Amino acid sequence: MTQDVVGTAPADLVRTDRVAGRLYTDPELFELEMTRIFERSWIWVAHDSELPKPGSFKSTHVGRQPVIVTRDRKGTVRTLLNRCRHRGASVCEKPSGQVNGFTCPYHAWSYGLDGSLRGVPYPDGYEGVLEKRDLSLRRLRTESYGGMIFATLDEGAEPLEDFLGDARLWIDRFMKQGGGYPIKVLGRHRFTFRGNWKIQLENTTDGYHFPIVHRSWMASVDAETADMMSFMTDPECTTHDLGHGHSVMQMVPEHSDLDADDGSEPLQARFDELVAELSRSIDPPGVRKVVRAMHGTGFNLNLFPNVSMSAAFFRVLRPISVGETQIEHIAIGPDGPPELDAVNRARLRIHEHFQGPFGFGTPDDAEGWDRVQRGAGAAPEMPIMVNRGLAREKPSPEGWPTGHVTDETGMRAAYGRWKAMMGDD
Amino acid sequence: MTETVTGETAPGIAPIPTTDPRVARAVDLVWREAELLDRRAYLAWEGLYAADGTYVVPIDPEIDEFDDVLNMIYDDARMRRMRVTRMTEGYAIAAVDAARTVRTVSRFVPETVSDTEVVIRSAQVLIAYKRGRHDIWAADLTHRIRLAADGPAGDTVVQKVVRLVDSESAVPAAGFLL
Repeated sequence: MTQDVVGTAPADLVRTDRVAGRLYTDPELFELEMTRIFERSWIWVAHDSELPKPGSFKSTHVGRQPVIVTRDRKGTVRTLLNRCRHRGASVCEKPSGQVNGFTCPYHAWSYGLDGSLRGVPYPDGYEGVLEKRDLSLRRLRTESYGGMIFATLDEGAEPLEDFLGDARLWIDRFMKQGGGYPIKVLGRHRFTFRGNWKIQLENTTDGYHFPIVHRSWMASVDAETADMMSFMTDPECTTHDLGHGHSVMQMVPEHSDLDADDGSEPLQARFDELVAELSRSIDPPGVRKVVRAMHGTGFNLNLFPNVSMSAAFFRVLRPISVGETQIEHIAIGPDGPPELDAVNRARLRIHEHFQGPFGFGTPDDAEGWDRVQRGAGAAPEMPIMVNRGLAREKPSPEGWPTGHVTDETGMRAAYGRWKAMMGDD
Repeated sequence: MTETVTGETAPGIAPIPTTDPRVARAVDLVWREAELLDRRAYLAWEGLYAADGTYVVPIDPEIDEFDDVLNMIYDDARMRRMRVTRMTEGYAIAAVDAARTVRTVSRFVPETVSDTEVVIRSAQVLIAYKRGRHDIWAADLTHRIRLAADGPAGDTVVQKVVRLVDSESAVPAAGFLL
């Protein structure tokens, strides 16, 4: 059970039930991950609501590459490498906003929202040596599903919908927490931790840590919410391996499909005031829909390699170096009429309670991850165990390998994909 | 005197001096608070706040209304109570093994002064040390302090807003308070 994991090829370092500790600490492996995974896979870059109209943009990264995601004049979403084609300066340093185009600050080469090179000052020096159409900002393939926008540096990558596969069903379900309205981004926490990105990737599908690391949060919420999260011994709470490295962990299975509601479940008493306020302008079924979804859906959908649709928010990871990772926790809520502002205010307060650098949950997660990174520095070939529940894993009726929610089924799914991509040179 | 004096930096309007005894009371409270936080004396810290007081660490550095946006911290008395419990009860691994902090609060500029309330801006530079690493947390502070009729011992914080210089970037997850 405690065999070391050794090998010369990266793929040798991942077995079904364990992975080498080196996976968290080896800078050479990290470099390979950036080229073989983050520059080949579909990487989540934005939600539709962050680009509400032509000219909207957002700065982010695909792996280590800085990009700008824009909505161009025709409404098409583009992902552009944030690098001038002249001498390489970044053309945008704002996190988000509304623009007509991008102008490099160095020599004022200007680009349209679709990345096309529009203007070059003093063009006479370029006669005969510059074709504007050859010098657009580099465009990345960009596709979206259910409002989730992804980009890839690999022109030959499979279509996004194929990459998502069975995860699409769960994206559809996740979006039902809008209570009949689309969802929109309400705000984001950003924080860093001193550890490898895969420690975070694992964490979103780690039900086992919840009552231990988050005991402080559990102690601070009302009994109903604490009870809702008491999935440790409930056999109905399961994790499915959805293929392609994706997995879904159902903590509250009765909230996996929010449309399935026979009306028997009482709304949480903590929302009584909110219900009273909403009831002044919204009919009872409409109120029930949004209030029942206050904690989001009942699952975490982990999409390999960089985004989790986690109950009521998006968790996005960005590898900085082998030992440093940046995380965003993006709050979401229904994009509805002003009467729903009260719902979004309440959702913001719930998000602040757990998430972010001063939340009641995130700092404890970050401390746990920090400790993993420090410990894994010892004996790099010693295994990190991901075998919990291996003996009780069974296929679901849909054919998905399925374990208990506290099992490490989702981690095995992600490492299976890691192994395939890292072995594919 | 119950008139509220507003400090302006515009020419011709005299700034409010920090030697004003009411301002001095506010500065004393801000410093007392800073030291309690560095000592992790969270129960005593909680006692500095008015029951209707708020403690805010916003993400957007430009705003004064915090209800409809996401903040890092937006605590009323209930949340503050739970936060102090979290920081002291021993379950939160981030708080149990928190960084040691030393903070300096200075560059005080009174914004408004009356016999019942002082609003005062200041700068805070905090060094947090943990496991061989020093992190710097720089912030502009705004305190709204209610002056008690029966003397400084009853002065309370009605609002504290901590505007980090890097609030819109990634900051470390913290096991201490600002």
